[in-house]
Amino acid sequence: MTRTILLAGTMLAGLASVAQADTLRLLTWGGYAPEDVVAKFEEETGHTVEVTKSNNEEMIAKLRATGGGGFDLAQPSQDRIMGPQMEFGIYKPIDVSKLNKELFIPSMLDATMGNTTVNGDVYGVPHVWGTSGLVMNTAEAGDTVKDYTDLCAPEVAGKVSYRLKRPTLIGFAFAMGEDPFAAYGDEAKYAEIMGKVEEKLIECKENVKTYWGGGDELMNLLRSGEVTASMAWDTGGWKLNDDNADLTFVAPASGALGWIDTFVLPAKGQADDVAYEWINFVMQPEVAAMITAAAGNFTASAGADEFAEDSLKAKYQASFPQEAIDNIKWYPPVPAGLETIEGEVLDRIQAAN
Amino acid sequence: MRSQSRITFYLLLTPLVLWLGLLIIIPHIDMLLISLRERISFGVYETSLAQYEKALTEPLYLRTFWRTAVMSVLATALTLMIAFPVSYYIAKMAKGRLQQVLFLLCLIPFYVSELVRTFGWMILLRETGLVSNLLQWVGLADRPIELLYTDATMMVGLVYTSMLFMVVPLVTTLESLDDSVIEAGYDLGGSGLSVLREIIIPHAMPGIVSGCIVVFMLSLGNYLTPTMLGGKDSLWFTEMIYNQFIVRSNWELGAAFGFMLLVLSSVIVWGMLWLTGRTLKETMG
Repeated sequence: MTRTILLAGTMLAGLASVAQADTLRLLTWGGYAPEDVVAKFEEETGHTVEVTKSNNEEMIAKLRATGGGGFDLAQPSQDRIMGPQMEFGIYKPIDVSKLNKELFIPSMLDATMGNTTVNGDVYGVPHVWGTSGLVMNTAEAGDTVKDYTDLCAPEVAGKVSYRLKRPTLIGFAFAMGEDPFAAYGDEAKYAEIMGKVEEKLIECKENVKTYWGGGDELMNLLRSGEVTASMAWDTGGWKLNDDNADLTFVAPASGALGWIDTFVLPAKGQADDVAYEWINFVMQPEVAAMITAAAGNFTASAGADEFAEDSLKAKYQASFPQEAIDNIKWYPPVPAGLETIEGEVLDRIQAAN
Repeated sequence: MRSQSRITFYLLLTPLVLWLGLLIIIPHIDMLLISLRERISFGVYETSLAQYEKALTEPLYLRTFWRTAVMSVLATALTLMIAFPVSYYIAKMAKGRLQQVLFLLCLIPFYVSELVRTFGWMILLRETGLVSNLLQWVGLADRPIELLYTDATMMVGLVYTSMLFMVVPLVTTLESLDDSVIEAGYDLGGSGLSVLREIIIPHAMPGIVSGCIVVFMLSLGNYLTPTMLGGKDSLWFTEMIYNQFIVRSNWELGAAFGFMLLVLSSVIVWGMLWLTGRTLKETMG
């Protein structure tokens, strides 16, 4: 049962943390540490890299279970660093002087450092960024779906999908003319906005084919034509675009939601120096371009654009005209407590009939 | 001599004690403590029953709790109804090689993991899947039909997943029933139904009860099948536990849910034994 597995896992992870110092145990997303990059790093430095693929919630849950042990470098999104750090103390400060700052896009580095500062210490530096918005079959749903709330339109009934997670709540709130980010500091106001979103999403439930859980599940739904419009990541749309020219990513009218995945040092990491070496290595423009090719998303590496594939750049430009870029809503750090409100809203939506 | 056998005894006991202690008892005590606290602010917790209060007063959690229980009981009953004739055929009617082949056929689906089996169902039942296409080809449907994401689909998945765990104990107990006893039943003027009721079912009772307990536990604790086949309305209690722990980072409520599930399964298993008038000792041999 889940609870037993979780706790057993905790104990095993505790035992396993007695590893050699020149092994980098990396907790990351799929595509962020492609095999060719790992091989190149291992060849150049002699270190070994063990990659564990995960997502935001699982990364935090894993680190929380071990008190920040079991991994030497992790990659949660920048909005998920301040809250968990204040609550559980699962990260350790990053010594930015050990990093080659010139490799980073300055504005992105400053913004991420600002968003991940707790008590004067910096906990995160940026790595990969991207957006979430709408992925759709433009031939079938392009005229109807311009924004998140259009997923509830009768024209696309039974043909839409989204995740039952916080990005959906935030996206719908923006599309309904609210500003959830401005209400982050005000729990009562935030609960009120979420209440409206809850109502909308319950009303919209009829329209939804199913709530997707993983990227591959969504790809299958869109590729087979069972779903014509969905809330999803930009790269998902661009990948589908290779197979079917009608499928692509569209920035919603109320603005795509921008995220930045970072590098953080888990509190009980045992190979900080190797971790710094890895960060400096993957932020080199040529290596960053290899990661872009694998993950589909652009990195915070300065100058990596030159090495990126032209086809990807073209798709990016088609999805993001200048005004859509200016309209991207970047996630601010999530204060603790809000996720409880969101959790209850999500539970009620799932259970509603 | 005596001290040697004592050492052997302790050596043999050690793995069991370690297993139970490290992986079951200690984690459960820890879970109980987690479930009994309440978050006040950053890193500050107080002992309270707030989590249980929340779990028992929020209609959504209660509904999911009962829904999971009722659906699991239903899945167990359905599995028994389907597995009993199958097991009877394998144990009593089939002979020799056929018997082995049939038994093996029941086993084969379990050579692949549960995930793969569930995906198999998804490929068959999805809107662009095999069944939908077949129905259209035969002319029974004029457009693609979505067969996934309903309670019925979920039930099919649950029954399929737990079939083997009902068939194995049933076949074992039915095989031990002497054919001459059944014949004697008929000789004494019993009808098919009365032989079934008076002879076969009472004899198979240990198998039925242990099969039902295993299938019920498996259904109640199943995570994959309800999530994948049930879709947007599925909400299963294990899914809520996972959500509280991993997605919401709310270990306190998740731990309380875990204990509620533990109590529920204990009560239902005990109730099942009590209803059939058996003790755990008889059932488990």
